[in-house]
Amino acid sequence: MSFLEYRVKTAPTGFAKVFALNWALILVVTAVAAIGWLMLYSISGGQLEVWAEPQMKRYAMGLVLMFAVAFTPIWFWRSMSGMAYALSMVLLLIVEFFGTVGMGAQRWIDLGFMRLQPSELMKVTLVMALASYYDVLEDKKVSRPLWVLVPVALIVAPTVLVLMQPNLGTSIMLLVVGAGVMFAAGVSYWYFAAVATLVIGAVAGVFLTRGTPWQFLHDYQYTRIDTFLNPAADPLGAGYNIIQAKIALGSGGWAGKGFMQGTQSRLNFLPEKHTDFIFTTLGEEFGFVGAFSLLILYGLILVFLIWAAIQNKDRFSQLMIIGIAVNFFLYLAINLSMVMGMAPVVGVPLPLLSYGGSATLVIMLAFGLVQSAVVHRLR
Amino acid sequence: MKRVQRDTEAVARRVNRRALLLGGGMTAMFAALGLRMRYLGVEQADEFRLLAEENRVNMRLLPPTRGVIHDRNGKILAENAQNYRVVMTREDAGDVEVVLNKLSHLIPLTRSDMDDALDALKKNSPFMPITVRDRLDWEEFSRVALNAPALPGVTPETGMSRSYPRDADFAHVIGYVGPVSEKDLEGVENPDPVLRIPKFQIGKIGVEKWMEDTLRGQAGTKQIEVNHIGRVMRELGRVEGTPGADVHLTLDAGVQNFVQARLGEESAACVVMDVQNGDVIAAVSSPSFDPNLFVRGISNTDFRFLMDHDHRPMANKAVQGAYPPGSTFKMVTALAALEAGAISPETTFHCPGHYDAGGRKFHCWRRGGHGPVNLERSLMESCDVFYYETAIKVGIDKIAEMGRKLGLGVRHDLPMSAITEGNIPDKAWKLAQHKADWVIGDTINASIGQGYVLASPLQLAVMTARVASGKAVKPRLVRAIDGQEVPVEPAESLGLSTSNLTAVQGGMIAVMNGKAGTARSSRVVADGIRMAGKTGTAQVRNISASERAGGVISNDNLPWNRRDHALFVGFAPADNPRYAVAVVVEHGGGGSAVAAPIARDAILRALYGAVPPLEAYPSDQRGRMESLLNGLTLRNEDGSFPAASDT
Repeated sequence: MSFLEYRVKTAPTGFAKVFALNWALILVVTAVAAIGWLMLYSISGGQLEVWAEPQMKRYAMGLVLMFAVAFTPIWFWRSMSGMAYALSMVLLLIVEFFGTVGMGAQRWIDLGFMRLQPSELMKVTLVMALASYYDVLEDKKVSRPLWVLVPVALIVAPTVLVLMQPNLGTSIMLLVVGAGVMFAAGVSYWYFAAVATLVIGAVAGVFLTRGTPWQFLHDYQYTRIDTFLNPAADPLGAGYNIIQAKIALGSGGWAGKGFMQGTQSRLNFLPEKHTDFIFTTLGEEFGFVGAFSLLILYGLILVFLIWAAIQNKDRFSQLMIIGIAVNFFLYLAINLSMVMGMAPVVGVPLPLLSYGGSATLVIMLAFGLVQSAVVHRLR
Repeated sequence: MKRVQRDTEAVARRVNRRALLLGGGMTAMFAALGLRMRYLGVEQADEFRLLAEENRVNMRLLPPTRGVIHDRNGKILAENAQNYRVVMTREDAGDVEVVLNKLSHLIPLTRSDMDDALDALKKNSPFMPITVRDRLDWEEFSRVALNAPALPGVTPETGMSRSYPRDADFAHVIGYVGPVSEKDLEGVENPDPVLRIPKFQIGKIGVEKWMEDTLRGQAGTKQIEVNHIGRVMRELGRVEGTPGADVHLTLDAGVQNFVQARLGEESAACVVMDVQNGDVIAAVSSPSFDPNLFVRGISNTDFRFLMDHDHRPMANKAVQGAYPPGSTFKMVTALAALEAGAISPETTFHCPGHYDAGGRKFHCWRRGGHGPVNLERSLMESCDVFYYETAIKVGIDKIAEMGRKLGLGVRHDLPMSAITEGNIPDKAWKLAQHKADWVIGDTINASIGQGYVLASPLQLAVMTARVASGKAVKPRLVRAIDGQEVPVEPAESLGLSTSNLTAVQGGMIAVMNGKAGTARSSRVVADGIRMAGKTGTAQVRNISASERAGGVISNDNLPWNRRDHALFVGFAPADNPRYAVAVVVEHGGGGSAVAAPIARDAILRALYGAVPPLEAYPSDQRGRMESLLNGLTLRNEDGSFPAASDT
């Protein structure tokens, strides 16, 4: 009996799938999304139709998408992995050459009802492709150089395209998500250690040779790196966003200024307050308590994901769920470090909170895949 | 199948291990994020809260209302008048040029007005109101208000601006206000923040300047919430300021106006003062100017006209003009000699028309001489030789001492600009100033108020008041501040012997009432009122020996600026002095002919509290006086001029 058939037998069918879903995860995800609606309502000055309502509609759409994906057997999705990856690459190439110019970078395809960012989609399809690759690969070959090069190529190809857009945040996420799946798949620690050493060495080389005749980069490139790393040096330019964001967060104090009482966002001192910097409004209006509560909800989502991965015995499902968990974690870690002034501003939205279509839908799609793996798991 | 084999427990455990490792890494990052939240939101919260407030809250100053200046009877000399203006905001106007064009059909707008407005509108934030034109009259203002719906972004507004209803009469005393300049802020430590308000007006000269602190008041503040581009979102709080204190001066608007009119176009000054308490009743300098021009921003043509005028309208001659007092100084020489015992009222000198000293010939104004002259006659007929003799007997230092005692050569502290100290020379002064020894000719010149002696009309009025009262009367200009009377310091006695004072006063009475008095033609004949005084004619040029030989050229044949100054000091009533007066008419000619009649009219105006009745004048002058007094254009009670149809 093939494993596949075995699973088909044990997986619930029809309406029974509803009871097999991980409802706790859905609940927490919805709670986080609701916080987002609340914040969008507050930022728009108490207007529902500006940001909160469209975002709620998107979430509903995402929820439908999630259920649709969840009720479809996971082996179907596994068989679609290669196709999905290829489609994402094609879309990336399209935006690279024919994309609509927006925000100074070509990033999306206008589908009419929404703007699709192929780079967001790629975050999920890359995970699927890598997971199915390791699902097929014999275990003993996992750490062999030639078989390591294949996933590396799968990761680097979209990363380069996204970097050309240019979208540094998403490039980093693709790299790290890919590396995460490879790590989980059991690729030898030595590869990771070697890459880490190489990266640290390169960075050290760039900075240590600075000012010497054999420095790696031009002076103006160093200056760019400086403002990137230390925006506070330019308080009215590059540093303005981050300074205002820190002021908003800090001025919230322990319990915040109260719902709709945030002066920084309401008076427009905050840039991108409804998208990348939405967390600052939460911090300002609900203080440390509110911000930390959100962090706990996010932590809960990650715990559920990793728990789902550990409970699953199917390799594809395990690696896919871990990849999605790493992806979700990267979203929030990069965004939060960015708005709290711990990392340079690279333009990564806060998952489920930031106003925007692509990210929300892709995240819901990913949760759909997770639910599918949960429903159709080996029992 | 292969696949089942591959999914061994061992492989699954490895994946689980690695998943937990990743989870561990995530947990570490979560800890870091949580700590950062704590740092920002709890440990650094106070600092960031402050920064957020600074972002949000702006302080705006509410300029205080400037104090009103009144005369002694409560008539308004300087007030804050409604100023109608039109302001415009770019964001509401849409097409700024079109709206400005429409506006120009309603109110007079020059091309440069429009260009200035366009410029300011472009440079400032779109929500910033820009004043397009101010000082509109009520009709223009209401025209704009009526058409406001057709003028997007245009708002008619009212504000306050300083106004001087009795314009030229008090220009020199009150001065005017103007916008704060860099120069005003120089050397001021911690200037009042209100001075930083754009176009805030402060006193530039005169009482407006010297009583600035009293008049200005305390600015209020208003806290407003602004957004990131500075747009005002709402008012958070307001602390009202304290308006400036009202000031009541000692001046009498009626007397001031009368004297101003009486001086006419002469380059002249007149001070009328209360002999008992020092109240300055009038301090007039002529010609004058309209201080309202300066508040509005004077045009270049007007300014040039004022600066180039040979009668110097901008100068406050009453306090800043230093003139040789001429014969009006003779009371000082006489009192110095009397007090020193060098002469007595009965001492007689012979005047042959000249006096020889130090190899020079000093002339009396009467070439033929006065013959035997005593004190009373010396004042009445203004004999110069008497004072040459007297001065040489008493010496310059005693004369200088008496001069200072009587208020000459010292600065009288009044809230007016550029008050002169004048000059009372003595031996030490000449040595210090000219590196030369005092010579006898200097004493002779000083004895009749020529040479180095200089005094302002104010100082001469003070001198006269002191001679009339025998007390060290101090001039004062401020009667009450904010309704509180400024107490009058009782004047101390000068310590002069009554008989000496009476003798000098008697001489002054003889000047105006004696048969040969130099100012007899300016005497007062009203019941119970006599006037006392002294004429003075101050030379402003040297008369050479050759000219004297050929006959001194009369004033009428000299260019205006080389003619003698005409002076007169006096007090009335002579027997119970109430007011002292000093008049200087620059290059006016003789003191008795030009200055004395003005002084008489001024003091009578003060005594009667109205235009003096003709009965006060000698009967043969009444016809002439009637036409003179009727010819003066005087203000109504409210400061306005009578309608043109009256004249």
